[in-house]
Amino acid sequence: MRQPDGSSTVLTTRLDTMLAWVRKNSLWPLPFGTACCAIEFMSSVSAHYDLARFGAEVVRFSPRQSDMMIVAGTITDKMAPVVKTIYDQMAEPKWVIAMGACACTGGFYRAYHVVQGVDELIPVDVYVPGCPPTPEALIHGILKLQEMIQRGETNDDRVKARGRAAAAR
Amino acid sequence: MTESRPVAEQLPLARLLPSDAKLAVAQGGDGHTVLTVDREHLLPVLRAFKERPELACDLLVDICGVDYPGREQRFEVVYHLASLERGHRFRVRVPLAEDSPTVPSAYEVWKAADWFEREAYDMFGIRFEGHPNLKRILTHEAFQGHPLRKDYDPARRWLLTDAETMVPEWAKETPGGDGQFETQVLNLGPSHPATHGTLRTVVRLDGEVITQAECEIGYLHRCFEKMAETHEWQQVIPYTDRLNYCSSMINGVGYALAVEKMLGITAPPRAQAVEVILSELSRIMDHCVCLGANLVDLGALTNFWYFFQPREEIYGLLEACAGGRLTVSYVRIGGLAHDVPEDFAARVRYLLEYIPKFLDDVDRLVTSNRIFRDRTEGVGVISAEDAVAWGWTGPCLRASGVPYDVRKAHPYLGYERYDFDVPVASTGDTYARYLVRMEEMRQSLRIVRQAVDMLPDGPVITDNHHVALPPKSKVYNEMEALIWHFKLIFEGIRVPPGDAYSFTEGANGELGYYIVADGGGKPYRIKVRPPCFAVFQAYPHMLVGHMIPDSIAILGSLNIIAGELDR
Repeated sequence: MRQPDGSSTVLTTRLDTMLAWVRKNSLWPLPFGTACCAIEFMSSVSAHYDLARFGAEVVRFSPRQSDMMIVAGTITDKMAPVVKTIYDQMAEPKWVIAMGACACTGGFYRAYHVVQGVDELIPVDVYVPGCPPTPEALIHGILKLQEMIQRGETNDDRVKARGRAAAAR
Repeated sequence: MTESRPVAEQLPLARLLPSDAKLAVAQGGDGHTVLTVDREHLLPVLRAFKERPELACDLLVDICGVDYPGREQRFEVVYHLASLERGHRFRVRVPLAEDSPTVPSAYEVWKAADWFEREAYDMFGIRFEGHPNLKRILTHEAFQGHPLRKDYDPARRWLLTDAETMVPEWAKETPGGDGQFETQVLNLGPSHPATHGTLRTVVRLDGEVITQAECEIGYLHRCFEKMAETHEWQQVIPYTDRLNYCSSMINGVGYALAVEKMLGITAPPRAQAVEVILSELSRIMDHCVCLGANLVDLGALTNFWYFFQPREEIYGLLEACAGGRLTVSYVRIGGLAHDVPEDFAARVRYLLEYIPKFLDDVDRLVTSNRIFRDRTEGVGVISAEDAVAWGWTGPCLRASGVPYDVRKAHPYLGYERYDFDVPVASTGDTYARYLVRMEEMRQSLRIVRQAVDMLPDGPVITDNHHVALPPKSKVYNEMEALIWHFKLIFEGIRVPPGDAYSFTEGANGELGYYIVADGGGKPYRIKVRPPCFAVFQAYPHMLVGHMIPDSIAILGSLNIIAGELDR
């Protein structure tokens, strides 16, 4: 890295830390939008809130191309197998944000056709409350996820750590 | 809205309908004529309603079931009929015994019966003989029982596995023969960028042309109607917001009007004017999402950003009034939750200046754009006759040349006092639906301008304290006010027994609430008549002969909102 006086400096770091730094700043969201929250997600990526400021604006509807699943909206029992399939199709590392009360807990739909929180089906890293959450709240959730990725605290990291521990034994 | 003389007296129903039908005719509390028919005579009666020129009920508005476990005839199927030409409305009720809940299907009379009958079958287990495809529609294949029956536990869930997912019968078999060149079955959705949420279409392709299609819905069935039965009347309002979440204000207004009609009260003039202003702004927001998403699917991304900017400004106003951006819960039965902020009129006037700029931008980019017109003109054409037969209302129907708008035909909230036009197109294609929505936004701005100029002063909620809470200053100082407060909080509103159908012009068309009350603190039954449910059932039939890219263009122009479609 070149300094103002012309000399160069070498920064040393761990490969994991550098990869985490790169990954957290280029999250590609897969909006699994089903309901009202999806409309607020659209607001978040629009000009006013501009999710691009946080490096997470490249919305991809293909699970093969994205690494951050945002479950935005109520998940019903009819939809449950689909959520599971889409999550399984995503390449690792992958992270999940449960956006809104329904994705977190089922919300106020304590009912015969509603999954009571998407963590019944897939592991969730960040829960964003609200019905629907404001775009600010969603952005806050994404920033939290970035911190977790940097510190190696996501579900993906835990799964990998378990795998390493099992291999060592 | 309601004629001075009941329709039943003006029309000799006994002469017009089949003479051997044992009819019981009554006048509903909502001004509609209610007939009770036994199921043997149902089809001839329905046919007469459609075919007799004096009755001319060309629009089947809704079919729904009601469960009365205490009665000898446990179930009731209710048909809501309307005549666009004559403006009158009828309700036909058919009581059914529990051991044989079977009625003949009305699909042969009105195609609109298709999905409404499937829904009644799914929710109540009522069988419609002669229906072409009677199977579950909102719940999934592994579901057991019928959830809207009164003895069904609201929280009883059934899990679905991947293997049980619905595949249409025709999609399982491969057609043979020489005529079949390169046929294949293609599944679109429910997780697909162009299905806007949660719709699924299975199509059979011959080369690139669609030869058969079937839609699967219910992926967002959140049990609104069951939830409404387990909550008090006021508590239902937040649930209504989440029906058509692109324009939540309109749903709340429609619900409040329906309950107010049953209670025999009206909201004060100021509340009505504010409801009109916010409803019309919500209509603009809804059309913005519809057109923005439709244009994105056709590759015109810029317009999506143009449409979302005015939405943010309208959100700002809604947030200032209600505290919420999207799901506002601002109306109450009898008025509004609280008064608008002091700078309300100024902010509305700012919006009136701000919004047209964006509409003009889109207009210049899109309306005469060669690519857009090639993709949309002549695509997804539906004739006025077919549109009415399928039960269409709203902008999609008006794009086919039928000038039916609830705000003009049956004014509510004082819409008769505002000067506005109902835009109508004649071609009935995707392009016409775009044009109608663009013009409707401008007409909505006209209504808002007049409403804000005439905005009256005064209270925003009724002073009937059996319905609305008395002000806090009174509660703390007057014994009687304290008692009212206590009773309302603990018991809720008591709506007198009876049923009523009330309808308003939602962003997608006629949004109806059919409400049955038993005198208790909770609704006995609320049936929502969602406009896009009727619109979407025609979609698979419209697809035949088109290509996959056309199906995306058509779907976007219909504005199917899953929250309202599936409830």
